[in-house]
Amino acid sequence: MEQPLLEIQDLHTQFFTDDGLARAVDGVSYSLAKGETVGVVGESGCGKSVTALSILRLIPNPPGRIVAGEILFEGTNLLDLTPSEMRRIRGNDISMIFQEPMTSLNPVFTIGNQIAEAVRLHQGLSRKEALDKAVEMLTLVGIPVPERRVHEYPHQLSGGMRQRAMIAMALSCNPKVLIADEPTTALDVTIEAQILDLMRNLQHELGTAIIMITHDLGVVAEMARKVVVMYAGKVVEQAPVEQIFAEPNHPYTQGLLQSLPRVDKDATGQKHRLQEIPGIVPSLLNLPPGCKFASRCPKAMAICEEEEPLLQQVGPNHYSACWLNH
Amino acid sequence: MAAETLLEVKHLKKHFPIKGGIFSKTIGYVYAVDDISFTLHRGETLGLVGESGCGKSTTGRTILRLLEPTAGEVTFEGQEITQLNKSDMRALRREMQIIFQDPYASLNPRMTVGSIIGEPLEIHKIARGAEKEEQVASLLQKVGLRPEDMRKYPHEFSGGQRQRIGIARALGLNPKLIVCDEPVSALDVSIQAQVINLLGDLQEEFGLSYLFIAHNLNVVEHISNRVAVMYLGKIVELASDTDLYANPQHPYTEALLSAVPIPDPTVQKKRIILEGDVPSPINPPSGCHFHTRCPYKEQICEEVEPEFKNIGGGHWVACHLRT
Repeated sequence: MEQPLLEIQDLHTQFFTDDGLARAVDGVSYSLAKGETVGVVGESGCGKSVTALSILRLIPNPPGRIVAGEILFEGTNLLDLTPSEMRRIRGNDISMIFQEPMTSLNPVFTIGNQIAEAVRLHQGLSRKEALDKAVEMLTLVGIPVPERRVHEYPHQLSGGMRQRAMIAMALSCNPKVLIADEPTTALDVTIEAQILDLMRNLQHELGTAIIMITHDLGVVAEMARKVVVMYAGKVVEQAPVEQIFAEPNHPYTQGLLQSLPRVDKDATGQKHRLQEIPGIVPSLLNLPPGCKFASRCPKAMAICEEEEPLLQQVGPNHYSACWLNH
Repeated sequence: MAAETLLEVKHLKKHFPIKGGIFSKTIGYVYAVDDISFTLHRGETLGLVGESGCGKSTTGRTILRLLEPTAGEVTFEGQEITQLNKSDMRALRREMQIIFQDPYASLNPRMTVGSIIGEPLEIHKIARGAEKEEQVASLLQKVGLRPEDMRKYPHEFSGGQRQRIGIARALGLNPKLIVCDEPVSALDVSIQAQVINLLGDLQEEFGLSYLFIAHNLNVVEHISNRVAVMYLGKIVELASDTDLYANPQHPYTEALLSAVPIPDPTVQKKRIILEGDVPSPINPPSGCHFHTRCPYKEQICEEVEPEFKNIGGGHWVACHLRT
């Protein structure tokens, strides 16, 4: 079997705060193959974004720290690299795009300047060559009149345009991995459709592997080949996309799918209650013993509150961390 | 379901002046709400859906006169309300309440939950002292919180819990109409379901009518009996939830429905991808506001604004090609 492009092994990232220790990422493992799209799904505080920031070693220290685990990129452990070696990876081999395009783009530099920065740094292009490359990237991401817009500032672009500009920046050095952290959450649904379409086309053209972080299961169904479901700092289920939707194993995944209102299923005239998951996510500062989902789980047993279940294989490429499977 | 009219909105407009220059002259307007009409029946949920800047939140606030309408009529239980004086309007506010989108900004952080929920009861002289506390306790229980919570402050609660507090506050006066302005958009998926169910239960128990404003079509379709689609200050289509989904008429509605990501990888959808961005409400396109992005646009669409017409079965649409 081909070695995965990126492999996260038993990652532990913690935040040492005044209120205590937050185990934001508590033993997370998953891998990304060349050209693959993995969807990482979960709600606020589950650790999906912190995992991504850990890959690029962008965790603010203090108060955060990667305390254990390995992140293997093409076989090399990123956590062993020196700062300058890591800088050669960021924006070049592994790129990231963020949720809020306005706050992620530098407001005092033009779009062209920000796109050109990456290629000048990593590929040593001259200013003129880099600007041409920036125009090329803007064309690639579908921004009309790119020769003009390349000189514009982020505030002169709409939300959808800014996200396209950010994608252009991230892909300018043709990275092998693109980490997309909730790239469409802040966008209107018709613009979201455009951006997802764009990402799919670019992936096809450039062969980029994508880690798509989102809370939207619809986006996951459209974009991902493999899905990783996270809850309170842990991976609770992992499976090929068809399996996650057709045969979800973990009660949290099941609960999530059942609680979604669906335009294709709900417009029946008959109003019915949604199947809700009671309670709220536990605080990362005060995690209960045993399975973190036990207090909200309709199928919880005594052992669930005492001991943590480990990920176990429940089908082909399908893993779930639940005592019900034992 | 009773078809008795609770609220009637006629040709409502809300234009925000843009000031500029040294003397702060009015140099233009934001045509946020630009001539919309609809009715809301007693006990029904009317969904108002559209993307950012379409005017849906402004509509909700203008109906309640939290923003004063620029033009048009709003009739509540047969009474025209846009010209009422302050004290008459205040008395009417008991009947018309609002729940806001941001559970962090809509609760005063320096007031206890008990004060937040109890304040309307005091202002409208409904209850005081021990009686007020009793009612607040009862309201808290109705929304799934505990009476002891009334001594706590908003920051001690999660987003979903704060939204429940906002709902309890809106319920306190026993209103007939509640404008729900994106009440679940800021909440996690699993909490959204809880709050949506709560709103449905309360509607049944108290015979409430909702104007449910949201951009998430999945949520709107689930909770609404009828849905109005807004684009750049106008209502482009209005139909029952089943009709809107099964038989969308307006090209924008079609695009909107096709854009919603479906949580099912086996569903193959024909995606209608709209070109470009939404135009600015400061300078809306001529004729049909949607013509700049419409895949079926014809000459007349650029020149003449389409009328909002009833095409039968309570289904209204504003489009030259579909009426």
